[in-house]
Amino acid sequence: MTNGSSLLSIEHVSKDFYGNVVLHDVSFDLHEGEILGLVGENGAGKTTLMRILFGMPVIMETGGFQGSIKIGGTEVHFSSPFDALDAGLGMVHQEFSLIPGFTTTENIVLNREPMRRTILNDVFGERMSVLERDKMRERAEKAISKLGVDLDPDMLVSEMPVGHKQFTEIAREIDREQTRILILDEPTAVLTESEAEVLLKTLKRLASEGIAIIFISHRLQEVLAIASRIVVLRDGHVVKDTVNENIGMRDVASWMVGRSLGEAGKRAEARNLGQTIFSVRHLWVDMPGETVRDVSFDVRKGEIFGIGGLAGQGKLGIPNGIMGLFPAGGEVTLDGKSVPLNDPAKALAMGMAFVSEDRRGVGLLLDESLEWNIAFTAIQVHRQYLKKMPLGLFSLRDEKAMEELCQEYVRLLDIKCTSTKQKAKELSGGNQQKICLAKAFAIKPRLMFVSEPTRGIDVGAKKLVLDTLHHYNRDFGTTIVMVSSELEELRSICDRIAIVDEGRIAGILPPTADISEFGLLMSGVAVEEAVNA
Amino acid sequence: MRNLKTFIQDFGWPRIIIFFFLVGLFIMAPFVNVRLDASISDVLNRFGQNAIMVLAMVPMIQSGCGLNFGLALGLVSGLLGATLSLQFELHGMLGFLGAIALATPFSIIFGWLYAKLLNKVKGEEMTIAMYVGFSFIMFMCIMWLILPYSNPTMVWGYAGKGLRTTISVENYWLHILNDFLAIRIGQFFVFPTGLLLFVALFAFLMWLFLRTKTGTAMTAVGSNPDFARASGVDVDKMRTISIIISTFLGAVGIIVYEQSFGFIQLYTAPSPMVFPAVAAILIGGASINKASMVNVIVGTILFQGLLTMTPSVINSLLQTDMSEVIRIIVSNGMILYALTRKIKVSK
Repeated sequence: MTNGSSLLSIEHVSKDFYGNVVLHDVSFDLHEGEILGLVGENGAGKTTLMRILFGMPVIMETGGFQGSIKIGGTEVHFSSPFDALDAGLGMVHQEFSLIPGFTTTENIVLNREPMRRTILNDVFGERMSVLERDKMRERAEKAISKLGVDLDPDMLVSEMPVGHKQFTEIAREIDREQTRILILDEPTAVLTESEAEVLLKTLKRLASEGIAIIFISHRLQEVLAIASRIVVLRDGHVVKDTVNENIGMRDVASWMVGRSLGEAGKRAEARNLGQTIFSVRHLWVDMPGETVRDVSFDVRKGEIFGIGGLAGQGKLGIPNGIMGLFPAGGEVTLDGKSVPLNDPAKALAMGMAFVSEDRRGVGLLLDESLEWNIAFTAIQVHRQYLKKMPLGLFSLRDEKAMEELCQEYVRLLDIKCTSTKQKAKELSGGNQQKICLAKAFAIKPRLMFVSEPTRGIDVGAKKLVLDTLHHYNRDFGTTIVMVSSELEELRSICDRIAIVDEGRIAGILPPTADISEFGLLMSGVAVEEAVNA
Repeated sequence: MRNLKTFIQDFGWPRIIIFFFLVGLFIMAPFVNVRLDASISDVLNRFGQNAIMVLAMVPMIQSGCGLNFGLALGLVSGLLGATLSLQFELHGMLGFLGAIALATPFSIIFGWLYAKLLNKVKGEEMTIAMYVGFSFIMFMCIMWLILPYSNPTMVWGYAGKGLRTTISVENYWLHILNDFLAIRIGQFFVFPTGLLLFVALFAFLMWLFLRTKTGTAMTAVGSNPDFARASGVDVDKMRTISIIISTFLGAVGIIVYEQSFGFIQLYTAPSPMVFPAVAAILIGGASINKASMVNVIVGTILFQGLLTMTPSVINSLLQTDMSEVIRIIVSNGMILYALTRKIKVSK
């Protein structure tokens, strides 16, 4: 369905942030009137690519990028988003960048208002021109009618339903006469189903008028419904660039998440797991950005239970809620005993431990020694590493026992440090993560939550962290619930994997399940289909 | 060389400059006819007078509530204890200890209410605390007048009611600590053994406390409240405890000060006592969320040393009264310096 020459070409674009490669030799073309669906997991490089396209300052500050971008055949170098706008690129953001106290019209023509000269112009210059209200309205109406939706030009943005806000944003972009390319980043994420449908229709209409659209979404059914071509990014590589013909959702899903399949299969050993020791019923957690709505699952003794899903769907809310760090409700039982929610001390005392995804914010005492970091929770929760003073009136920290404990873990987990007195902030990310694990191990938990254990650490450290978890699970029987956005990681060590979508568990799969099943669950479609498959 | 560099970095230039300035003053003293032995004796005495008020800064710094600019609450508790002890005609050691005992319930109640407030304004503690201190002192100005005290040594002679601005403790517990086991050498030098022992006792108790389970939790709350919470520590409770301890130490501090100074000063007198305590601990090297006993001792010696030596030496040297100006520049400059260092604390 390519009509005309290519409007935008991205040629051999690579980008790294301080050696960490995010985009690797990405090339694709965009033609006039084409809708290109860009899909990929979190961290696949979609956002970085859009930033490069828009000349965001962050790209230049981190050393620019390799490769070139051509618009209409000529190479362009944007030094700021304004250049990109002038060149005809329009962007509709995930978060609304509208002014709530202004009307639809005012928002659409903002900063491009038609002006009428007044006498004051001669004295004070251009800034004293007045707005031409009727022309503004005219232009807004034209943009709205182009969209083919019903928007009130005089309504305040603050009073609009979300769907209308999204349309206002799009109207603003197409009001610019030169806009030829429109980029939409997850435009349907906040919309209801019917609103999303209208939006998709509108996009098709715009495309038929010759505007090229890049549509980024993780809702695969939408991408398949409107895109004429699909580009799949994975780990910074374009893994698929294909015309949208005879493609099933399953195909796209497996391109999106799939690495080699054999890897995970070999780990699927038959294990004799004990009975259920931990169960969660109708859990809700009010964690900003990671809301959990209604989650129920059971974990069996000695199991490594994985929880995956895309960012913002609520997988991180589950351990944070159970451990009492965010307001939560529902029923949680450990060993048949009910776990009180919203009380970290009780949750810890019941024999649960938590390795937070927010290592520097929650996981560590950056300004204290490694000894403190590892022993602190044990001191507070189980009154360990304290020694009674004569008379038994009070007890003090047992610095010697703390040092021994710390040395033991430094040896066990191969933590690279100059001494156990070193401050936690001086260690590298991987070693900091090991300290967090040691802290959790030190209280000898019956059930351990591990949240994003390999985020932001290098490959070698990743392996060590995963091996450590595996080792503790097999040799000490620690039951582990591991939350991670890296599916491969979950598949490599978990016994079962639950995928969370929109605050609910979309399905629970064995690690050997086909990669496309996971992709489908993450995309929030065909739950039944996947379960029955 | 590298050791020296890191040492200087750890210790901080301002502290080193102040240290050498102080040494310089001591060296100059004999040349401008200021007696060295009297000066040293004076520094020791002032150190003892003020050290506990400086120590009062430690718990709140450790729990992350910042510098206790609202120390006035503790000082007023101490004043209430001291005046009540006089009202009840308690003399000698009984009077001194009685003053502390009577001040304790006030310091706990005030500290608890103060903590309630500070727990609601996390992140802005220091600003709020300063205004709490100021307004409370003003409130007490009214109370000192209308509280039904009746001891003739304390109330205004002409009206028979309302407390005087300055009340002598001479017949009650003047120098009760200073003279305890005091060592007198020559005409001018007195070593205030009892006073310093008392200070040492409190510093030791604080040192012990910071090593208990509660003290450890408190330090962690100051270092990273989210970490502490995730480890099952009740953050607000720890902050409340630290604020109550700080207020109590403020009360003890002012009573120790009074027994040495000889007078109970009421009304607005506590106001100018807060900043020197804050400045002293900062000079001692504390940051706004880490403080140790060493910071307290070094800081108090440096700050009080400066305060003792500048008037006598500089004034004799310049033939003009510069002492107050220098004191204000040093104490406020030090607070300013420490607050700008706030950003260096890693989060």
